Amino acid sequence: MSEHIVPRTTYFAVFGALLVGTAITVAAANFDFGRMNDIVAMTIAVTKMLLVLLFFMHVRYSSRLIWVIVASMFFWLLILLLLTLTDYSSRDWFGSNVGGIMSR
Amino acid sequence: MSTNTTAAAATGTREWRSRFPTVNYLNADYGIWSWLLTKDHKRIGLLYLISVSFFFAIGGAYAGAIRLELLTPMGDLMQSSTYNKVFTHHGIMMVFFFLIPAIPGVLGNFLIPLMIGAKDMAFPKINLLSWYIFMAGGLITFCALLFGGVDTGWTFYVPYSSNFSNTYVTLAGLGIFINGFSSILTGLNFIVTTHTMRAPGMTWFRLPLFVWSHYATALIMILGTPVIAITILLLALERLSHVGIFDPALGGDPVLFQHMFWFYSHPAVYIMILPSMAVISEVVATHTRKPIFGYSFVAFSSLAIAVFGFLVWGHHLFVSSQSVYAGMIFSMISFVVAIPSAVKVFNWTATMYKGSISYDTPMLYAFAFIGLFLIGGMTGLFLAALGFDIHVHDTYFVVAHFHYVMVGGTVMGYLGGLHNWWPKITGRMYPEGWARFAALVVFVGFNLTFFPQFLLGYMGMPRRYHAYPVGEPMWQVLHVMSTGGATVLGIGLLIPAVYFIWSMRYGRFAPANPWPGTGLEWRTPSPPPTENFLVTPVVTWEAYEYRPIEELQTIGPGEPDQPIDGQHPANRGTETEER
Repeated sequence: MSEHIVPRTTYFAVFGALLVGTAITVAAANFDFGRMNDIVAMTIAVTKMLLVLLFFMHVRYSSRLIWVIVASMFFWLLILLLLTLTDYSSRDWFGSNVGGIMSR
Repeated sequence: MSTNTTAAAATGTREWRSRFPTVNYLNADYGIWSWLLTKDHKRIGLLYLISVSFFFAIGGAYAGAIRLELLTPMGDLMQSSTYNKVFTHHGIMMVFFFLIPAIPGVLGNFLIPLMIGAKDMAFPKINLLSWYIFMAGGLITFCALLFGGVDTGWTFYVPYSSNFSNTYVTLAGLGIFINGFSSILTGLNFIVTTHTMRAPGMTWFRLPLFVWSHYATALIMILGTPVIAITILLLALERLSHVGIFDPALGGDPVLFQHMFWFYSHPAVYIMILPSMAVISEVVATHTRKPIFGYSFVAFSSLAIAVFGFLVWGHHLFVSSQSVYAGMIFSMISFVVAIPSAVKVFNWTATMYKGSISYDTPMLYAFAFIGLFLIGGMTGLFLAALGFDIHVHDTYFVVAHFHYVMVGGTVMGYLGGLHNWWPKITGRMYPEGWARFAALVVFVGFNLTFFPQFLLGYMGMPRRYHAYPVGEPMWQVLHVMSTGGATVLGIGLLIPAVYFIWSMRYGRFAPANPWPGTGLEWRTPSPPPTENFLVTPVVTWEAYEYRPIEELQTIGPGEPDQPIDGQHPANRGTETEER
């Protein structure tokens, strides 16, 4: 397998971006965005995660097989979230909320 | 070794000995460090064999204590709190430190490079690291048990485990958390090895089904294990600093723990059973001398089990506050996952049709597997049905069901595999008569232990109770049968332990290909040299090109299943040389 040589400046740039991202995370925690709280926090987190994945973990320079494997990880996360949400979103459908705590 | 080689060369009938390498992976290096720092996948497989046997013995001892307590209705051997710890320890040790790592760790590590014609795993150092992580996790959990134990059940359900249990939940959880990384690294190694290390000509559809099943297992290990890791981490955070993930008082939801726990732990059942199915595919083909019926169906059924296995976890939550609509979806998908499992069982049975079936020990375990897994799997469908599950939820019916899958499936496959490849692993034959006898004892003991538990559960005996009503005389009869069976099973498991150790020194020498099989692992000497193959094999044949044993006996072996030692299969078993 051939190694892709990444210039050191890229690593420093990504590292800088991650530090800035962390600062934004802390700063954003001081404001109340109401319903957008989760979305703001998740957007920052996902951006940072993608930076790590693409550059630090070299996925950007890897083969398509690696891309498929990475994509499957996200797909599996989606399964976890979606099937769990089938529970939380439909608990109230039966008339009474039988112990459903998080559903509204 | 050298004296034996000289003696063997002197006698013409033992000329196969002269083709043996004097140096093999077992004697290439000596000393404790040559084992503890080895990068050889075969030696790492043996390290796993020793360690999982240790954990299996501990788990077995706890099982003995459970059965002894349930011999009488009164809780007269231990208090309920002690009993809680005993069944928890039994579950944790067996699930996380025996059933999950046993076949991939021992047989997978040993055989996958041999089967695909590789010199080693893709990442030999990571392979060794994986064993060290396994040992670290195992010993930390073992310490938690020694310090006073855990009483939450192996499932660690909140809120008991987070807010109430006064035992070593965090330490045991830490051990399991660490152990997960071992599983991930092993899975990673299997996947990369299968993709990149196959010998020339070893195409995907020439791979032994053992490799396909382990590939599917590895996918589950990589995709599922991180979720149990994060679940345990969240449990520890909740327990130590009350962050409010699972505690309703802090805005959490206890059922969320069950969702996350079973997202891993249900597929973990397939981590246990798929490698066992891997063994059975090999054993059935070799010992019926027929190609596996519907090779590609069996191969893809492994992947289908791996995928569908991830979509069914909610069937563990039918009596929780999970929405009934989600319950219906999980129930339906649970029925679907039976299809690829059934494909395998039907195809093994079809493989046997008109085959030259031998009754050597590995095949006896394969028979046991097919019958017991059938019962375990079918009762799984009972439990996947919403209405019936509510009746038998948390009863001995469930206990019997998953023991039929885990012991009847995984342990039978593990024992069958150990016998099938013992000649390759050690270069010695196990005593066939004793082994067949032990297989029979295990089968009888197993059924006597667990079949009465189906009846107990159906009558309403709940699991995880140390006492039961005196007024139900039938319950005690069934419990006594179960305890008696456990004793028989225990003896049945001790016999192989004794003769395996015995055979390492006194067993007769194994030829390179004792059965004979067609896989690459049989085309290298027993035990193999450190580099597995002296020349890189080039594969020009399909998987399982078997011919009936009668044909071999009449016209003698030829390509492709000619044993490397040139020994005529009709003469096998005549070697009586002993040290």
